[in-house]
Amino acid sequence: MANSPEELRAQTHTEKRTIAVLVDNEPGVLARVIGLFSGRGYNIESLTVTEVDPENRLSRITVVTSGTPMILEQIKAQLGRLVPVHKVSDLTRIGPYVERELALVKVFGAGEKRVESLRIADIFKAKVVDASHEHFVFEMTGKTDKLDAFIQLMRPLGLVDVSRTGVVAIQRGAKGL
Amino acid sequence: MSTEQLSGAEIVIKALVDQGVDTVFGYPGGAVLPIYDALFQQNSLRHILVRHEQAAVHAAEGYARSTGKVGVTLVTSGPGATNAVTGLTDALMDSIPVVCLTGQVPTHLIGNDAFQEADTTGITRPCTKHNYLVKSVEDLPRIMHEAFYVARSGRPGPVVVDLPKDVLQALGAYLPKEEVQHRSYNPQTKGERPQIEAAVEALARARKPIIYAGGGVINSGPRAAELLAHLTHATGVPITNTLMGLGAFPGDDPHFLGMLGMHGTYEANMAMHGCDVMIAVGARFDDRVTGRLSAFSPNSTKIQIDIDPSSINKNVVVDIPIVGDVAEVLEEIIAVWNERMHKLDADALAEWWKQIDQWRARDCLRFEQTGDVIKPQHAIKRLYELTKEYEDLYITTEVGQHQMWAAQFFKFNRPNRWMTSGGLGTMGYGLPAAMGVQVAHPGALVIDVAGEASILMNMQEMSTLAQYRLPVKVFIVNNQWMGMVRQWQELLHGERYSESYTDSLPDFVKLAEAYGAVGIRATKPGELDDKIREMLATPKPVIFDCCVDQVENCFPMIPSGAAHNEMLLGPGDRTEKPVSEEGMVLV
Ligand SMILES: Cc1cc2nc3c(=O)[nH]c(=O)nc-3n(C[C@H](O)[C@H](O)[C@H](O)COP(=O)(O)OP(=O)(O)OC[C@H]3O[C@@H](n4cnc5c(N)ncnc54)[C@H](O)[C@@H]3O)c2cc1C
Ligand SMILES: Cc1ncc(C[n+]2csc(CCOP(=O)(O)OP(=O)(O)O)c2C)c(N)n1
Repeated sequence: MANSPEELRAQTHTEKRTIAVLVDNEPGVLARVIGLFSGRGYNIESLTVTEVDPENRLSRITVVTSGTPMILEQIKAQLGRLVPVHKVSDLTRIGPYVERELALVKVFGAGEKRVESLRIADIFKAKVVDASHEHFVFEMTGKTDKLDAFIQLMRPLGLVDVSRTGVVAIQRGAKGL
Repeated sequence: MSTEQLSGAEIVIKALVDQGVDTVFGYPGGAVLPIYDALFQQNSLRHILVRHEQAAVHAAEGYARSTGKVGVTLVTSGPGATNAVTGLTDALMDSIPVVCLTGQVPTHLIGNDAFQEADTTGITRPCTKHNYLVKSVEDLPRIMHEAFYVARSGRPGPVVVDLPKDVLQALGAYLPKEEVQHRSYNPQTKGERPQIEAAVEALARARKPIIYAGGGVINSGPRAAELLAHLTHATGVPITNTLMGLGAFPGDDPHFLGMLGMHGTYEANMAMHGCDVMIAVGARFDDRVTGRLSAFSPNSTKIQIDIDPSSINKNVVVDIPIVGDVAEVLEEIIAVWNERMHKLDADALAEWWKQIDQWRARDCLRFEQTGDVIKPQHAIKRLYELTKEYEDLYITTEVGQHQMWAAQFFKFNRPNRWMTSGGLGTMGYGLPAAMGVQVAHPGALVIDVAGEASILMNMQEMSTLAQYRLPVKVFIVNNQWMGMVRQWQELLHGERYSESYTDSLPDFVKLAEAYGAVGIRATKPGELDDKIREMLATPKPVIFDCCVDQVENCFPMIPSGAAHNEMLLGPGDRTEKPVSEEGMVLV
């Protein structure tokens, strides 16, 4: 769905978009996409990529970016003209979609703090995937802001390490990309 | 598929021939020796040995732009490839189809800092339309054919194929081009019907329309230029061309307002500013064209035809975008226009032309040739007058004032006759480009309109001209200054002429002779015509050293950051209109 000329001319605000890109899984394709963003000064808030169709050697990139409507149109057009790109889909504009991110969160501590971290993890439905008497590794899946909130709460409780995947997203409903 | 086993190098040659290539511009080195060996043993391909790899790419650009075919270059790994980078960037900016084959160290040494290794695909990723590193001879025929397909289709551009030496020596099977289909790249060439209809209706309601046509018309091919002329004449609309679009519409047609933009005509820029409907055809709203964006053609409905969606709504928001090939889209627009029997409001159009004629009456390209120093405008105007009857004339340029004067004073009636570096503005482009044009059109008159500073950047190619007996004429408008830089310093930097004067210039006449060419010098207006005729009558390459007024400026000019209706028309204009801070930061 393209923006109307009026929307594009109203250049004052920036928006956040989640864009899915289907690409040939060939050497250099990620460098091409990242180089496009850095070379043209676009923002990358999150970028994930993995092969999704080994038979046809297709990878799916999910990129979360922000900009004015005009910049966002440019980003999509620039992605679309990369030769190994099959499809660019602006999930935010197309309609409802599901967005998830996974985090592994390591917390070190004993006593009251340790109990508290476990209690919060329980509220957030985070799983313990590794533990000793002095640490936990929690696995948590959810929307980016939920992960942010969880990590924020863990900070005073002995947060040592965080590893996050970045956002993956898919359109709701029966239709494919 | 044939089972015959060929070496990688032989596959490269076979693919080139299969793609209809007849000429390769190149320079040898260790990594590409297998290809040079294969070249030696065949006679379908002609190799032109340049003197610098940058020139190989510009020559391929000249070849491509003047023929509509893909230009081909062959360079070695490391320094060969890095020398080609400026040429590739130039071709990318100006949408010129070029395939550049680069040598690479053998696959097992890649990443090892091997001798003459450079990360060619890494370095050229942002300056090519696409590039490939061929890791196995099995992939080679497919990649070769894909490279040509990508270079020429959609918005054309340069493609690099990086060829490790072991791949060139390995044995593999060839695959004819018909058997190669691209998986993902399939640009849209046909415009969408509702958009086309909307464009026709907007045009039909116009009272002050204008067509703004660019290099995309030339990329689309001669048919696009014919259809553009047809649409212009059928509607009676005024038309302007960008620097890259010159020749897309006949320069001496009364509908033509000249070039627009920074050094465009007063009438073209005023008409762009005042129009109510603008049709951009294969033009990309470059900053040299739009001037200050916030004041660009404020009251018009904008229609844009472009094959590259990223050219649409990039700088200027358009109301009716049409993604597609110029020729295909114009064909449909004309069909719908005719079907609906549209006609523009005759009174409104007459009123509009009356206004345009008033702007024209300012005669903005006027200059005075007085005294006994040759004015650069006069030199270029005489060059045009004395060559315009030539059936087969091609003009290339370097970059600077001379380029703008050539754009202002030459009138091109056909596409593919004008080669200039527009987007990158590469000094040193003109001579090698002229070389490429002359190789493609041996009998034609090919002139590089040059500045004395630019020409020194690829001067070595005079030697190539001599070797292949290419009678290119280099017409140097010699003002001893980097004139365009000097002009900006005069107008925008308080007349502080920092490093823009070239001391110790060579004696161009002697230099010509040293290269086995003919040198001619003109210093007086009275001798100019005869000397130009002498140049034209010389069957060898010529360097013409035309010594001109050193301090002439190129007008009209829209200073950076100014609007179309704030042009400087001549020296008297400058004090009244200081350049804004916003403008000073622009290039
Ligand atoms: C010193 C200097 C001064 C300059 N001053 C001026 C000036 O005064 N005026 C001026 O005009 N320029 C000037 N330029 C050139 C300027 O920088 C740009 O290169 C030029 O304006 C771009 O021309 P264009 O818009 O025609 O686009 P091009 O660069 O030719 O791009 C072509 C467009 O057409 C599209 N296209 C390609 N193929 C097709 C197809 N088959 N169908 C449909 N669309 C297609 C492409 O996607 C692209 O958007 C100057 C350059 C220099 C170096
Ligand atoms: C490779 C390169 N370096 C620098 C520039 C910046 N530049 C633009 S025009 C110009 C001066 C060109 O001088 P000359 O060739 O003598 O032409 P003139 O303007 O005098 O006609 C320069 C240095 C450029 N365009 N290209």
